[in-house]
Amino acid sequence: MSQPYNHTKATLALAKASFRSITRSPSAVIFTLAFPLIFIVVFGFIGGGGMKLDVALAPGSDLQNPVITALEKTGVIRLTKNDTQQNIEKNLEKGAYDAVINIEKNPDGLPAYFTNVKYTSASLTNGNVLKSVLNDLAHQLNTVNQKPTVTEIRATTITGRLHRTIDFILPGQLGFSLLSTGVFGTAFIFFALRQNLVIKRFFATPVRRSSIVLGEAIARIGFALLGALFIIIIGHFAFNFTLINGFVTVFNMIVLATIGIIVFMGFGFVVSGLAKSESTIPPISNIITLPQFLLSGTFFSINAFPTWLQPISRALPLTYLNDAMRKVAFEGANLWDVKQQILIMVVWGIGIYAVAVKTFKWE
Amino acid sequence: MTNKRPIISVTNLVKHYGEFKAVQGLSFEVYENEIFGLLGPNGAGKTTTLEIIETLRSKTSGEVLVDGLNVDTDANAIKQLIGVQLQAAGYYPNLNLVELLELFAGLYGVSVTPMEMLAKVNLQDKAKAKYKELSGGQKQRFSIATTLINSPKIVFLDEPTTGLDPQARRNLWDLISEIRNNGTTVVITTHYMDEAEQLCDRVAFVEAGKIIALDTPDQLIDNLIASGFERKKEVKAANLEDVFINLTGKEWRE
Repeated sequence: MSQPYNHTKATLALAKASFRSITRSPSAVIFTLAFPLIFIVVFGFIGGGGMKLDVALAPGSDLQNPVITALEKTGVIRLTKNDTQQNIEKNLEKGAYDAVINIEKNPDGLPAYFTNVKYTSASLTNGNVLKSVLNDLAHQLNTVNQKPTVTEIRATTITGRLHRTIDFILPGQLGFSLLSTGVFGTAFIFFALRQNLVIKRFFATPVRRSSIVLGEAIARIGFALLGALFIIIIGHFAFNFTLINGFVTVFNMIVLATIGIIVFMGFGFVVSGLAKSESTIPPISNIITLPQFLLSGTFFSINAFPTWLQPISRALPLTYLNDAMRKVAFEGANLWDVKQQILIMVVWGIGIYAVAVKTFKWE
Repeated sequence: MTNKRPIISVTNLVKHYGEFKAVQGLSFEVYENEIFGLLGPNGAGKTTTLEIIETLRSKTSGEVLVDGLNVDTDANAIKQLIGVQLQAAGYYPNLNLVELLELFAGLYGVSVTPMEMLAKVNLQDKAKAKYKELSGGQKQRFSIATTLINSPKIVFLDEPTTGLDPQARRNLWDLISEIRNNGTTVVITTHYMDEAEQLCDRVAFVEAGKIIALDTPDQLIDNLIASGFERKKEVKAANLEDVFINLTGKEWRE
């Protein structure tokens, strides 16, 4: 032998091969990038503008008046101006319109306009909001050039951070992406390598087992983190995802993502060992991923769950990853502030790798 | 064979799988630079024997030396000087042939030019193809290319021609002879006696985990004839495979 055998070189060759393979695997790309991005886009648009009230303008209503101008300026009301009476009635019944509004000029002088509002019982809450918007507006319009007689309310609002839907959804989707890449990807590849005797052929070379696992892990973690970075960047620039401390926040999120993917890969190793055939991998993986997907606060805060369900949520590792991600991204927490969440993930990691060592099969 | 230095020596090899005795006291030697055939029916213990020599499987007892190295203590050193083709082995998914060869070069810790390796087995024009897109013969040729990456002293081929058409089979024989002519020892298993007769310098017949005969094909045939054996049917100067090759041509069908 001209030169001593180099284990690092073997590990890196495996990592390179695995990374190439992952980027060409449709399921990896779909679960890591496409699904999370679709959810982000959907929720990004839903949550983009805050609350909107749908109000129809009755046919025959006066159009050139200060009431309409003021309504449009509020930014809360989406005014539909040229719908038919019949259509308006139908949509009011369904609650698609929150109210219909009809403004008449007063032929007798003062007040200059009558504003007739018809609410719908199909949308009472929005109707109440509209009611207070209109009262406020009427008051403002009526008190122009008048001195208040009893009191003047001087309300100020401090400028807080706007908490958009994306700030909740994106960390959840990031967690989902890491979970599915870790569990499905790892389970499938190690099962396939074992089943097709790829690993056996590797064993006929001087490569170490640890190099095989390490090379595979490097590739998968690398791919998952690139995916995470991509999701964060798209979220930030396209949907105003809040990164409170900019680059530092991104870095902290990537550290959390690394811990997350390593823990989730442990589940993948267990699944690859338990699976008897390729077709049993998806059901076993789903048993692991689906409850976490639904119960770990990916879409809804776990506080919204019934109290009996919350302890289950609080037992799952993804809950803590999501929690830590949100704290870091939105509240500007540093890694030390989320040490409790990290600790719970690490405990999960130790537990799952202990099981993986028992269940993992090479041949 | 002027130089008869043993490069592999197997002494009293025994392998039990629980109650099943797969190999029961095999002893044989493979000489340097020969093509050595292990012949026998399915389940006779050929693959098990091969995998023990390749350090892929543990043995129950006996001694196996490969180029003077013991499989028990020098497995890693042995792996560096052998090339292994497994029966029905797959390759890493989603990679093309060049990328697979790069991977194996990394695993063996050597630098090779993938295109040169492909040229050795005449697969240059399949460089960008995936393994699973290859025909049966091409798959076997590619497998052989991966065994040559580390310039091994010995290559092990486990049923390389099973399931191939006559052209692909002959073409593989040429390749295997060429590997031997370049100074590499070849150990091969096969079910085809015509193949063993044509290709192998010496063959061992394995039956139920034991070697029942070991010699050159010629000598084994002579021994049988000397014992008074006669074929029932008069042998013609050609057989049906010769007809097939004559009709369909010798060129590769891939």
